[in-house]
Amino acid sequence: MIAKQNRFLLSLPLHIFIILVALIWIFPTAGLLITSFRPASEVASSGWWTVFANPFDFTQFTLSNYKDVITNIGIGRAFVNTLIITIPACIIPIIIASFAAYAFAWMEFWGRRFFFILFVGLLVVPLQMTLIPILRIFNQLGLSGSFLGIWLAHAGYGLPLVIYLMYNFVSGLPSEIFESATIDGATTFQIFKSIVLPLSVPALASITIFQFIWVWNDLLVALVYLGGTPDVAPLTVRISALVGSYGQNWELLTAAAFVSMLLPLIIFLSLQRYFVRGILAGSIKG
Amino acid sequence: MRTHWFTPWLYVIPALATLVFFLIYPSFNTLVISFFGPQSEKLVGFANYIYCFTNEIMLSAFRNNLLWVALFVPLTVFLGLILAVILDRVRYESLVKSIIFMPMAISFVGAGVIWKFVYSYRPTGSAQIGILNAFLTFLGRQPIPWLIERPWINNICLIIVGIWIWTGFCLVVLSASYKGIPRELLEAARVDGANEYRIFWKITLPLMKPTVAVVATTMFINVLKVFDIVYVMTNGAFSTEVIANRMYKEMFIFRNYGRASAIASLLLLFIIPMIIINVQRFREQEAFR
Repeated sequence: MIAKQNRFLLSLPLHIFIILVALIWIFPTAGLLITSFRPASEVASSGWWTVFANPFDFTQFTLSNYKDVITNIGIGRAFVNTLIITIPACIIPIIIASFAAYAFAWMEFWGRRFFFILFVGLLVVPLQMTLIPILRIFNQLGLSGSFLGIWLAHAGYGLPLVIYLMYNFVSGLPSEIFESATIDGATTFQIFKSIVLPLSVPALASITIFQFIWVWNDLLVALVYLGGTPDVAPLTVRISALVGSYGQNWELLTAAAFVSMLLPLIIFLSLQRYFVRGILAGSIKG
Repeated sequence: MRTHWFTPWLYVIPALATLVFFLIYPSFNTLVISFFGPQSEKLVGFANYIYCFTNEIMLSAFRNNLLWVALFVPLTVFLGLILAVILDRVRYESLVKSIIFMPMAISFVGAGVIWKFVYSYRPTGSAQIGILNAFLTFLGRQPIPWLIERPWINNICLIIVGIWIWTGFCLVVLSASYKGIPRELLEAARVDGANEYRIFWKITLPLMKPTVAVVATTMFINVLKVFDIVYVMTNGAFSTEVIANRMYKEMFIFRNYGRASAIASLLLLFIIPMIIINVQRFREQEAFR
């Protein structure tokens, strides 16, 4: 009993340290969330922590900031734009990469090793190296400011990591499957479609979540290829513009920011396992 | 698997073509553009690079990125490492891990808004709505304009945002590596009378070294490319400029593609050692049969 108490006392600083760190990590986000539900006059005159004076007084909260940002400031539109951008920008590279990863893992061809090492090298090439030439091409083709342009751009930028992750998974499948399928007379495409893809579902789930969050949260690619036009601008672009124009309207900024965080947070909280798996497998990337 | 010689290419060519178009060709093109004038109309030699190393704002951007490297990389890796080891001992490990990892799911823009609010400043006398300045006022001190106070305080404030976002990544990767260390090894050292501090330095850390290296290089690359946080929070004002934000400005505000390309090429130059390390590590792993 005494030993147990001693151990608890010894580890007390440890617990305090951990709880302190956790609080530091939570506080900023909590401030954002609470502020987004407070009326403008309150936000401007007192700190968000004052709501804890009467935590059960729900009259101090309001949904009007959300109504405002979604309908009047274009965050609703930006949310839809972000969805329109993100979904194809996830699907396209994953399809292209699945084909390539399968060939790299299970077929023999000239230059296989060279090309794969090239892909690994491309994992960390900074996007900045590609922006100007592609923007010029997009301008000529009329693709800048269009969803098609940004889908393709995200597909290109996401591809090295997606291929790398898919390769790691597909190359780990047992070779007997491929041998027996070949003996049974299956073509490479039949093997791909009815063996490789179904078996890769767990990996595909991690990779999709990874790419989804990456594209959803992207600012630079959208800024460069879409510009600030409200018709096409995603949440990140819209909100960074709001920071300039509504800099002191914290009730609006916080509500807008929370709208942008909602979907990634839901995905993160419900599918954290897959997200972590993706991060562990891809930690080579920069 | 036996196939026709062209079958593999049917599978690989879409990927190869996309990468050539979006990464390989543009990178070479950017290198070329960096030796030309603002709209690539005439050759200017190394003038854009000379500008990068003589212009005052560019130099301050380099200095700031250096500060980012010096603070962000060691602190994220160190915090991640410490937390990975101590969280292993508590029952609420997964809860705390989720909390620290959570910022990874939200955008840097969102994080920028969150922290701009934390740092928000009003002149002495009016109610402080930013928690940091409210705390200072509560202690009877003067409030600080965190994002304006140059050159150290505002840069460090931005770096803290980066640390808040990325520590979770380091923690998750390092924690997985820590859990891979055989428990008997640590137990044996404890039985032999080694204290926890010694065990960490003599056993845990050496065994985790490869993962620490991977995490540190990832953080290094992130820090060189840091853009969103600065763009949203200060846009480089008050001596907080960084390389990637400068590149964006040269490209979009000043329309000087030559200078923007030179900045991008320098960024690549700093990252090339990391590319070589990546490729070598990949070869050593013999992951490719």
